[in-house]
Amino acid sequence: MENNIKLNFESYLNEKNFTSSQKEIKEINFDNFIKNGFPNRRIEDWKFSDLKKIITNNFENIDFSKKEAQLNIDENLIGDLEHNKITFINGAISNIDFSYENEDKIIVEQNLNLENELSKNTLLNLNTAFVSNYTKILVKKGYQFKKPLVLFNYLSHDLSNSGLNTRLDINLEDEASLNIINISNENLNNNFLNFRQKINIGKNSILKNYSLDINETSNIKYSFKDINLEKNSHLEYFILSKGSKFAKHDINCSLNDEYGSVVINGIIDLNDKKHHEIKTIINHNEENCKSYQLIKSVLNDGAKGVYQGKIYVNSKAQKTDGYQLSRALLLSNEVEFNAKPELEIYADDVKCSHGSTSGNIDENSIFYLMSRGLSYAQSKKLLTNGFLNEVIEKITNEDVKLLVKKLTGITE
Amino acid sequence: MDNRQKEIDNLKDYKYGFSTDIENTRAPKGLNEDVIKFISNIKKEPQWMLDFRLKAFERFKQLKEPDWQKPKYPKIDYQDLYYYSAPKSMDDKPKSLDELDPKLLETYKKLGIPLQEQARLNGIAVDAVFDSVSVATTFKEELTKQGIIFCSMSEAIQKHSDLVKKYLGTVIPTTDHFFATLNSAVFTDGSFVYIPEGVKCPMELSTYFRINASETGQFERTLIIADKGSYVSYLEGCTAPMRDENQLHAANVELIALDDAEIKYSTVQNWYPGDKDGKGGIYNFVTKRGLCKGKNSKISWTQVETGSAITWKYPSCILKGDNSVGEFYSIAITNNHQKADTGTKMIHLGKNTKSKIISKGISAGNSDMMYRGLVDISSKADNSRNFTQCDSLLMGNKCGAHTIPYIKNKNLKSNIEHEATTSKISDEQLYYCNQRGLNQEEAVSLIVNGFCKEVLQQLPMEFAVEAQKLVGISLEGSVG
Repeated sequence: MENNIKLNFESYLNEKNFTSSQKEIKEINFDNFIKNGFPNRRIEDWKFSDLKKIITNNFENIDFSKKEAQLNIDENLIGDLEHNKITFINGAISNIDFSYENEDKIIVEQNLNLENELSKNTLLNLNTAFVSNYTKILVKKGYQFKKPLVLFNYLSHDLSNSGLNTRLDINLEDEASLNIINISNENLNNNFLNFRQKINIGKNSILKNYSLDINETSNIKYSFKDINLEKNSHLEYFILSKGSKFAKHDINCSLNDEYGSVVINGIIDLNDKKHHEIKTIINHNEENCKSYQLIKSVLNDGAKGVYQGKIYVNSKAQKTDGYQLSRALLLSNEVEFNAKPELEIYADDVKCSHGSTSGNIDENSIFYLMSRGLSYAQSKKLLTNGFLNEVIEKITNEDVKLLVKKLTGITE
Repeated sequence: MDNRQKEIDNLKDYKYGFSTDIENTRAPKGLNEDVIKFISNIKKEPQWMLDFRLKAFERFKQLKEPDWQKPKYPKIDYQDLYYYSAPKSMDDKPKSLDELDPKLLETYKKLGIPLQEQARLNGIAVDAVFDSVSVATTFKEELTKQGIIFCSMSEAIQKHSDLVKKYLGTVIPTTDHFFATLNSAVFTDGSFVYIPEGVKCPMELSTYFRINASETGQFERTLIIADKGSYVSYLEGCTAPMRDENQLHAANVELIALDDAEIKYSTVQNWYPGDKDGKGGIYNFVTKRGLCKGKNSKISWTQVETGSAITWKYPSCILKGDNSVGEFYSIAITNNHQKADTGTKMIHLGKNTKSKIISKGISAGNSDMMYRGLVDISSKADNSRNFTQCDSLLMGNKCGAHTIPYIKNKNLKSNIEHEATTSKISDEQLYYCNQRGLNQEEAVSLIVNGFCKEVLQQLPMEFAVEAQKLVGISLEGSVG
């Protein structure tokens, strides 16, 4: 596989006319990726999800060469929700539509130059090496989006055993606000998707990000988000992790000034030997910041769920309030749930706590429902839905909440 | 401040900081096969024991020193240590306590250990380990009557070699991690306990470890076997003199509980923690592991960790027998420049196994405290349960408190609950105490003792008092 990737990279560099400095950045990153390869479980962050093994088990070869394609998109993934959209086909932007907004207030920059950096995360190296259209969306000072922005990710039907690397940065200036919905409809073929995003949230700004991975695919996905929050800004992050064969959400969030707040809510709802992971790091770098995380998992039929969460509190960050709760329901044999909720604290005037539970549905509750006429399956369904609904109820955008309920079939 | 005054002040902080002037027999410096043969020879060990050591040493040569842990320390030169040091008067073993070097007795008197059997009131059988060898075991006769074997490891290798051979290395094999393997190769002495079937040990068994000589590492090995239906409570205490060098202590402790047996293992660890600037102190890298081999067996670890420059240990339970129970109660206190990376591992293999972890960490000064734990429920361990609670208290913003639990559940009929909090002593609590006439320091001591109470309660009475005082002393000067 390694040789093939090298060939892909060479032809890719030749195809495009990169400036020499850009070429160099890509080469350095590529070399680092080749040197270290896909992360394996010897690396602490990948302890519970050995990507190297997953890649070898699923791919004989990954093709990183570019696949441009045209698609007629007639499906409606999100019902009648009014929205702006950016459409990606095979990882490349095909359409940008801000019809509900004042387009003077939004800047979309494409084909940007990559910064010179070398991450220790080899998947980011890979991303930097192969990403072709580095795009950035900038929301100008004081502009509030009227309707949510939906990022559609489509894959053409003929795409298989391919690797796609995309990068879309979002920059909210001060007093701005934006709601993003990330949704994908992918084919059933094996592909490896590596999505990177850097988000800056300016003073007094609000970003709500909803990641919905709902359609059944056999794709292997990694998404890395690097989020920085300024003074008095707020982030709401919701993850519905359900459809892909393997998915890892890697969220790195830094509260860089006072009174910032972060809410991360996640659902891992798996069956059929899927393997999903949510990994978060919340860096409390300044005083009076708040973070709240709630991750709930339901595991069926040999599925594996992982939650790794870390709250880091700098010695300057007094009055920090950090909370983390992970709960998992194990519903069949051969499922596995692993958690590593971590606290790293260097300031004394803080309130930080975490909780983690995993186990089966309480038989007493099942009995209660069955004695009132429900079947075993109905009772189980009702209890599981109630369990997950708590997370959905935390969505503050009412339209999105309805959409998620519709997509998951979980209603009160 | 002149030096003398400094010395006196230091002594106030760590009252076990004296060293005793006793002639020592030492193995040549360094680590090689000859040194291992020297140790084995001087202890008149049988061939299988030497083979065990050499096998471990072979393995040790291939191992790399771990570096994933949080408390980093300067590289230890394993060739620059003495692996065997014994008071000279031990060369010909004394027949009774009267023949012991009076200086040794004096040392233990200073430590408050009742070696003389006259101190019967205490009612605790003690095995004292000085540097590398066990110097005396008390109450032997009474224990022998019940068939209990409580003696030094060297003696056990000679007199009860069948038992040692059967169990030694079954919980911590010679192929384990770096420090455990080093211990298997060069261990010098330690305690051996065997409780026969159906016997409830009538008194607390206790070991006191002391490092005296400089430039020595202490590598003791403890093996406790509780046969079917038996019960034993075992206490361990440790001190060391103040030196401005770091000394290595890498012990191995193996517990084996057969059907319906129960072992309660309590530690009050008060090795020299180094001075206020973090100079000197003991590196306490200990491997402690218990195996609940039989059905309905129980192993309970209780530890109060106040000493050592670096503490790095995870007393663990392997719950192999059905219905077995593992418990871990811990208080870890770090002050000044101390560092601790401690916690437990509960590995559930049998059905209906239960484990409980209560960990309290207090960190003050410039210290760093970490709870690192593993709860692993395998797919065969139906109806297992774990409850974990780890609370940390921070005093000042130069210290750190961290929690890293690894929680793995592969069984749908099993439940794991984990909770952790980190906070400081609230101003309201202090105010409440001040208002009722307690000064700041008394108030903190009261609140901290309350915070630790759940764990302190688990200690045998004699230890609980000592531990409570230790908690107070360790935190002196950290408030205000």
